Amino acid sequence: MKTNELTLKKAIELLDKKEISLDEIYVDTLAAINEKNKDLNVYLKIDKDALEKAKKESNKPLRGLPIAVKDNFLTIGLATTASSKVLDGFMPPYESTVTKRIKNSGGVVIGKTNMDAWAHGSSTETSDYGPTKNPRNPKYLPGGSSGGSAAAVAADMTIAAIGSETAGSIRQPAAWSGVVGLKPTYGRTSRYGVVAMGSSLDSPGPITKTVEDAAFLLNYIAGQDSNDGTTSSLPIPDCGKDLKKGAKDLKIGICYIDHPNIKATPVAKAVEEAGRVFENLGAKVEQVGISSELEKGKILTHEHAIGVYTVVQRGEVSSNLSRYDGIRYGQDRSHFGHEAKNRIMLGTFSLSKGYSDKYYNFAQKVRSLYIKNFKELFQEYDLLISSPSPSYALPLGSLSDDPMFGELQDMLVEPSSLAGITGISVPCFRDEKTNLYLGLNIMGDYFQEEKVLQAAWAYEQASGWNPWVKI
Amino acid sequence: MTKISPNLVKHMSKLAKIPISEKEEGEFAKGFSKTLDVVDKLFKVDVKNVEPTHQVTGLENVLREDKVDEKKMLSQDQALSNTKKKYNGYFVVDQILAED
Repeated sequence: MKTNELTLKKAIELLDKKEISLDEIYVDTLAAINEKNKDLNVYLKIDKDALEKAKKESNKPLRGLPIAVKDNFLTIGLATTASSKVLDGFMPPYESTVTKRIKNSGGVVIGKTNMDAWAHGSSTETSDYGPTKNPRNPKYLPGGSSGGSAAAVAADMTIAAIGSETAGSIRQPAAWSGVVGLKPTYGRTSRYGVVAMGSSLDSPGPITKTVEDAAFLLNYIAGQDSNDGTTSSLPIPDCGKDLKKGAKDLKIGICYIDHPNIKATPVAKAVEEAGRVFENLGAKVEQVGISSELEKGKILTHEHAIGVYTVVQRGEVSSNLSRYDGIRYGQDRSHFGHEAKNRIMLGTFSLSKGYSDKYYNFAQKVRSLYIKNFKELFQEYDLLISSPSPSYALPLGSLSDDPMFGELQDMLVEPSSLAGITGISVPCFRDEKTNLYLGLNIMGDYFQEEKVLQAAWAYEQASGWNPWVKI
Repeated sequence: MTKISPNLVKHMSKLAKIPISEKEEGEFAKGFSKTLDVVDKLFKVDVKNVEPTHQVTGLENVLREDKVDEKKMLSQDQALSNTKKKYNGYFVVDQILAED
C-alpha cells in the first residue's frame, strides 16, 4: 500500500509510531498527482514547497499532512481564482479563516482544486480551466461545485480536502466520487476569505476518505470567527470523542423516496437499503411522506425549494459578484463566463424595483416554511436520510445549455441548505459495471454535527461501501 | 408565465455592468424565461402570515466595538498588490464624468 492511500487518522497513527515518514507521504502523494492530474484535471495549482513546510509542522495535531483546498478559499502565496478567468493570477493579500486554522493546526495546503467557476454549478464543467474527470470512471463527471476536492480524495491525490457548499456542493460531489463530504450547519464554519456565492447559505466543510477523518478535520476548522458575524458562538463538541457510540435507539426518517421522480430509481432503492442497515444497528426507521404543503409529520417537497433557491442564490450572487470590477484586482467584467453572467443578471432582475417583493421576499417567506418544517420533523426524528443526488454521476458533457442543470441536480439537498441544517454524504452503493458510487445524505438539526457523524460512522462500518474502511 | 424580452435583458446587463452582445440578449432572454417558469410555480405556496427569513440561525445585531484594529488592515502596498493600473500609490479608475 502506498502512503497516499492512507486516511488522515491512519497516517497520523503511523507517523506517530514512526512506521512511515512525512517524506514518504509527500513522495507518494506528489507521484499520484504527477501521474493523474494531466488526465483528471483535479488541481489548478500545487505548492512546490509543501514538504518543506510540512516538516516544520510535524508536532502539531495535523502533523504536516497534505490537505487539498477548493480554489475559492483565499490562500497567501497560492493563486486563488475560484476557477474563473476574472481572477486569473490573483494572489490573495490575506488568508481565509478555514485555511488559516488548518495551517495553525499543522495542515499543509498542498494545492488548490478545480471547481465550477464561482461555485456556480454541480458538475465542475463550468470551470474556466476545463472540467475535472471522475477518478472512479473518467468518462463521468465528479459532481460539483467542489468536484476537484472530491476527486483529489477519491484518487488518493491528497490525504484529505476542504470544500464549500451552498446547496449540494460538498455532498453531491462526495456522493458521485465515492467519498465522504460533511456540510456543517450554516455558521459552524467561517466564510471569511471564501469567494462568496450565496452569503446566507455558504458553508465550508471537510471532504475526506472516512467519517472519522471528517469528524477529526471539523474539530480544527469549526468555531466562531470575529471576521464572520454569522458564525455561531455555541460551543463545539469534540466530534471524535463519542464517534463510535453507534446508532442504537436513534429515530430516523427516510425522505423524498415517494416522490414520483425518485420512486423506483436505483437511488431510492439504495436509500431504502440504508434504512435497513440502520434498523439492524438498532435504530427505529420510518418513511416520511412528502407533501406540497406544510403538514405535520410530512416533509415539504423539494420542488418549491428549487424556486426559492434559484431566486435567493441568484440575488445574493448578483450582489456578491458586484465587487469584481477589475480595478483593484482581477480582470474586468467582460471576462465572466456564461453561467456567472446568467446568474448576475437574473439576480439583478429579481432584486430590482418592482420585482424584489414579488420574487426575493416571497422566496424568503417560503424559506421560512422549510425551516419550520425541519424544526417540527426534528422534534419527532433524530435524523433524516435521503439521497444527495437524484442519480449516479452523469457523463462528461451533460451540462449542455440547461440554465437549471445545477438546481435539478441539487434538488434533494436544497431544502436542507435553505434551512441551513447539517448533513453528511457517505458512500452507500457501488455499481460494479461503471464503478460509480451513490451517496447517502444523513441530515441533522442545527448544530447536531456530532449526532450526524455518529450515525454516519455506524453506517459506514456496517454497510461496507466505503473503500477505505476494511471490515 | 413571465416573458422576458431581450430589451429587459439589455437593461439588466447595463445595471449589472455585464457587457453582452445582441445575440446574447436573445439567448439570455430565452434562458431567463425558462428559469422563471420553474420559479413561478412557487407562487402556488400559501405564505399568508409568514415572515421572511434572512438569517437561518436567528443571530441578530452581531456587532463589534467601533475601534480600528491595525492588525486586520491591509497595508497600502498589499491593497495595491493585485491591480494592473496604479499611480503614485492610488488605484487608477475609469473616468465617469467628462467635460463636454
